[in-house]
Amino acid sequence: MSGNKILEVRDLVVHYETDEAVTEAVNNVSFDVVPGEILGIVGETGAGKTTIGLSIMGLLPKPPSHVIQGSIRINGKEFIDTRYEPKSFFNLAAKRMRKKTDRHIEKVYRTIRGKTITMMFQDPMTALNPVMYVGDQIVEVIKIHENVSAAEAHKRACDMLEMVGISASRFKEYPHQFSGGMKQRVVIAIALACRPDLIIADEPTTALDVTIQAQVLKMMKELQESLGTAMMFITHDFGVVAEICSKCMVVYAGEIVESGTLEHIFENTRHPYTKGLFNSLPNLDEDADRLKPILGLMPNPMDLPGYCSFYDRCEERCDRCKEKNPKLIEVEPGHLVRCVHAKAMGVE
Amino acid sequence: MALLEVKNLKKHFDTPSGRLHAVDDVTFSIEKGKTLGVVGESGCGKSTLGKTLIRMEEATDGEVFFDGKEITGITAREYKPIRMRMQMIFQDPYSSLDPRMSVSALIAEPIKTYRLAKSKKELDDMVFELMDTVGLARRLAGVYPHELDGGRRQRIGIARALSLNPEFIVCDEPVSALDVSIQAQILNLLMDLQQDKGLTYIFITHDMSVVKHISDEICVMYLGQVVEFCKVSELFRNTLHPYSMALLSAIPTPSLRNRRKQILLQGEIASPINPKKCCRFAKRCPHATEQCHENEPSLKESSVKGHFVKCFYTEQLKQP
Repeated sequence: MSGNKILEVRDLVVHYETDEAVTEAVNNVSFDVVPGEILGIVGETGAGKTTIGLSIMGLLPKPPSHVIQGSIRINGKEFIDTRYEPKSFFNLAAKRMRKKTDRHIEKVYRTIRGKTITMMFQDPMTALNPVMYVGDQIVEVIKIHENVSAAEAHKRACDMLEMVGISASRFKEYPHQFSGGMKQRVVIAIALACRPDLIIADEPTTALDVTIQAQVLKMMKELQESLGTAMMFITHDFGVVAEICSKCMVVYAGEIVESGTLEHIFENTRHPYTKGLFNSLPNLDEDADRLKPILGLMPNPMDLPGYCSFYDRCEERCDRCKEKNPKLIEVEPGHLVRCVHAKAMGVE
Repeated sequence: MALLEVKNLKKHFDTPSGRLHAVDDVTFSIEKGKTLGVVGESGCGKSTLGKTLIRMEEATDGEVFFDGKEITGITAREYKPIRMRMQMIFQDPYSSLDPRMSVSALIAEPIKTYRLAKSKKELDDMVFELMDTVGLARRLAGVYPHELDGGRRQRIGIARALSLNPEFIVCDEPVSALDVSIQAQILNLLMDLQQDKGLTYIFITHDMSVVKHISDEICVMYLGQVVEFCKVSELFRNTLHPYSMALLSAIPTPSLRNRRKQILLQGEIASPINPKKCCRFAKRCPHATEQCHENEPSLKESSVKGHFVKCFYTEQLKQP
């Protein structure tokens, strides 16, 4: 079974279905999160990072999204049920069963969302309720999940505020009275209020200035270490990954193209896309006259090629790449790469 | 000779709660064909500075000289031919383009405004040539901005800025809304254009690594004021102002080796409304003394020529 893994995702496939086309947002993604680790998920806009996060939280908008196959286990409990997916519009019986299972899953999700797993969003301005005291927004989470008195919940909310570096005297203030960095601290306080096992942080520092980002990252890291919470850190910034994560996963066109520990990804980069990402970053320590961008664009997720999805932009492509989509290969223990050249590249 | 010279430029806004000092006493000059990088956090006045330079905002006080001619006081009629030589690229390629105009119409708009094309044929040729210059495929002439990705949209913005053959372009965070792989494409394009056409840029950004890559000189702003101004290599080798040091150390480096020691600043950027007459960074500065809270330092040249710092303790804080 799952041992002590908090999260187990296996072969997850998520599609967005609209009248015109089917968008393949997530394709066959599998990974685990164990207690105390911070897993970084890196990728460009539209790579499917947020969709992975939302599907774990059970927050995918339905319709248009559909989990086609796969399994998500949180603390060993399965949260995906792909039975009864109505194949035709007129299959009413299947539709009814589908609705029933959805309702059941949602009911279970309600007991763990905010308690066992929580999610932090990119933009703290829109994540908070503008007409509610920030303190009360923390109290709300505690009251829903734990059987405590109002006074007790109030006291714990004050403690949470102090923990993220906000004076408890600001309990009765509205989000607009806080700056961006402070709002993100409030969001962190809400996320940590019930001591969750797993936090999914979706670009939590992207909207912040660098000096504020450094403050918030340091605080998140300290809190994560002292509480032993596991975290999934969704970002597009390798700098932030190097700062905070212990493992890293690079996502491209809905697929994992490379995953491993930080040493694997940063020091022994194998996949051409990951290499390209590193090369296109302007470097502070070295002088380069020109940047080496990755040419072209990400393939349209409505129309993915049957072969390696990075083929058109890859500098190391060959005919073998066009035959079929390569599998994730383990090139060294814990280091997975999705490339036909992965093995050959290891021999140096 | 300096192409653009700015002297004691000020831009204040009147708000219900007081005077907002967006740009306060900024002085610098840029040589022809060079790039000046302006860095700072949000709210430090860097975008307002860019807009004031090309008179999208009228300056409260101070002078701007373009090619030796003062442009701050002149009438709109006198200014129009000069404005043609100064253009701007905007931050957000999603909101800076009219969604109801096709790519070719967007690029043709400035040419039509200045009546530079004599015939429809000539206009089309000019538009196609611009599309080639910025790397937009000609087949995209008829599509609308919403059909394109951020990188291509930003290329339209660049084509629009280039359409009048300007000498000077204000780039206001042109790559911050783009993914890194696309960001590198746009940065390369801007640098190639500069070489081919001898353009002069002011490059406004919050990203130190981008500014280091593209600029010749750099100007660090804090709360409307320039706190450090020098050559790029000089800033990275010999950072003198405590704010620049903190800003540099706060950048997350995408590497596991040679990690920088971080200087974490306390607190956040103060309000620019009715600032006190003292060092504006004093509240967050780890080295601040009583003097910093009472008097305002001036922007002085340090022992290195061309390296200006606004701090009382420039010599003492020098790194060994």
